[in-house]
Amino acid sequence: MKRALFHNKFLPWLLLAPQLIVTAIFFLWPAAQAIRQSFLREDAFGLRSQFVGLANYRALWGSSEYLNSFKVTLIFTVSVTVLTMVFALLMAVAVDRLVRSEKVYTTLLIWPYAVAPAVAGVLWWFIFNPSIGILPYVLSQIGISFNWIYDKTDAMIFVVIASAWSRISYSFLFFVAGLQSIPGSLREAAAIDGAGPVKRFFTITLPLLSPTTFFLLVVNLVYAMFETFAVIDATTLGGPAQSTNILVYKVYQDGFVGQNLGSSAAQSVVLMVIVIALTVIQFRFIEKRVAY
Amino acid sequence: MNRIFTASAVALIASLSAANAATEIQWWHAMGGELGAKVEEIAKNFNESQSDYVVVPSYKGNYVETMTAAIAAFRAKEQPAVVQVFEVGTGTMIAAQGAIYPVYQLMADNNEPFDPASYLPAVAGYYTDTDGNMLSMPFNSSTPIMYYNKTVFEKAGLDPNAPPKTWAEMEEASKKIVESGAATCGFTTGWISWIQTENLSAWHNVPIGTLENGFGGLDARLELNGPVQVKHWGNMKKWADEGLYKYAGPLGGDNAPPMFYSQECAMMMNSSGSRAAVVENSKDFELGYAMLPYYDDVEGAPQNSIIGGATLWVLQGRPAEEYAGVAKFFTYLSSPEVQADWHQVTGYLPITTAAYELSQEQGYYEANPGADTAIKQINLNPPTPNSKGLRFGNYVQVRTIIDEEFEALLGGSKDAQGALDAVVERGNKLIEEFQAQNQ
Repeated sequence: MKRALFHNKFLPWLLLAPQLIVTAIFFLWPAAQAIRQSFLREDAFGLRSQFVGLANYRALWGSSEYLNSFKVTLIFTVSVTVLTMVFALLMAVAVDRLVRSEKVYTTLLIWPYAVAPAVAGVLWWFIFNPSIGILPYVLSQIGISFNWIYDKTDAMIFVVIASAWSRISYSFLFFVAGLQSIPGSLREAAAIDGAGPVKRFFTITLPLLSPTTFFLLVVNLVYAMFETFAVIDATTLGGPAQSTNILVYKVYQDGFVGQNLGSSAAQSVVLMVIVIALTVIQFRFIEKRVAY
Repeated sequence: MNRIFTASAVALIASLSAANAATEIQWWHAMGGELGAKVEEIAKNFNESQSDYVVVPSYKGNYVETMTAAIAAFRAKEQPAVVQVFEVGTGTMIAAQGAIYPVYQLMADNNEPFDPASYLPAVAGYYTDTDGNMLSMPFNSSTPIMYYNKTVFEKAGLDPNAPPKTWAEMEEASKKIVESGAATCGFTTGWISWIQTENLSAWHNVPIGTLENGFGGLDARLELNGPVQVKHWGNMKKWADEGLYKYAGPLGGDNAPPMFYSQECAMMMNSSGSRAAVVENSKDFELGYAMLPYYDDVEGAPQNSIIGGATLWVLQGRPAEEYAGVAKFFTYLSSPEVQADWHQVTGYLPITTAAYELSQEQGYYEANPGADTAIKQINLNPPTPNSKGLRFGNYVQVRTIIDEEFEALLGGSKDAQGALDAVVERGNKLIEEFQAQNQ
């Protein structure tokens, strides 16, 4: 790493100031507010406020809904990430083998990324609607009943597909770029040595793609955990019976709909801890195994 | 760019001079679409009727969003003078002493004539404290009624002019409809919480909670796991399994209207406030109206149904001259002409007796048969402590719990008793939390 030397003591701080101010105003201050609020019990209008220590946190651990939300978030996040990455990689490999029309396919596959999550949610709501949707109708013709309004598993499948859909394009684009940076000569050499297409993919392409895969793993996990609010809000509203109520959505429900600010703040502090932990784990342990 | 700047400068100057001429009153509401247009019209007519005040209505999204926006604005000291809050937010608003300006007090402070007795008892009762003082201004009130498809009834060999009165008749009619193939489902319903739980209780004169359904104070608790509610929820599950009833989703049950309009379900229980929309969307068949069904083996049934909808709350912390204008506006709003027009156009209840009588005189109910079903239903008997309404804190979330436990019942993971016990247990936890926050 290059080391810059400053003779003036204030100049480095001055140069850092814009970034520091933004961080302080938009990240540190709200986070401090959330931590403060999580120790208070307050009515909706903020007229009566009382320090209750860890009562809001204790209530969370005693709440089966909150523990359920953890389980739901885990299933949801892993499903969205796996579905997104497998699909994106599959399509990227397919496009990589194309000789002509590669650009056309890439452009077409990137389109879903331009659709706002809330709009995507509404589109999928129409497609999956049990009364007027095309998909449940087609499935019922072959004898499969798909009704996410009743069925918890169906609801989970529904939100996972709706959330993964637009992310596939994004991951796809990165995989395509990653694949193009792998020198063709390596694969050709392996082919000469007698490795088949499957063997070449797993022993050459996949390891060389690991920086891209690692990056996408991080962003997709973060996306599924924290940015899928709009999809849930436009489709299942966390139901039926809390089966799609992920942690982020629960913060909104308890804080904004229920006006229970103390509990909501405590939940966002827990989320904050999860983000910090995730970041540390990913960069400390997983990064070491990635061949850059 | 320059043109935009000039235009906005002109607009700014115009708004400043308007503010000098008349006192502006901010009114936040949750009425979108055609209802929103009607709200704008009411404000415009009031503004033209006098020159001292200008009421400025702003649409703030759905009921939850509007209430949240007003609370957030209050915390930031930017609150509007008037905000429309739905009936389940009543508990939260009443508890916020210091944030609200009770309407009876506002009217007295500004020497505006105000007589609570002129309002329909079922409407006024919901928003009155235990001393008989009205705390908020009734605006749009509705009650659930049953809409049914006369054409399907005829196809199924049922009398289209004799809709089912009891739940036993409901079951029988639904069976006939499904077995004859006239429709694929007997009935559906909006609002499991409001219609099939709260109104069910009031309609059978059984309590929703202790202390007169929460009217008596913050230490009231839910008790809607009684035999009537358990029997009904058990039946709903049975009918859902038999295909006689179709669940339409949580909260308002978004899928209920499409199922009724497409003639998939022959009957639908939903708000009388959606009457205009139902009429508009049922041109392919003949539409009928009926009161909610009841269990005839329950003593005291049918009692009277309870209302839903919203009222206007006045928030503290605005200049005194604004409150004088708000009082004038409320008098205008509850005048028989304004109310009768609002009632007839939207299908909401006329909130005053005078507006109801004016609509009768104008021949509205002869011209629109069925439009008075809702009024007859809330006025069927004088409200009892069980049928006045309900008042609990955190009730928005309690309603979500009702939906969730009903979904658990339909999914088969709980029986009716287990589901309703869970509603009471989980709901009471929230109500206790609310009590702790407000004491």
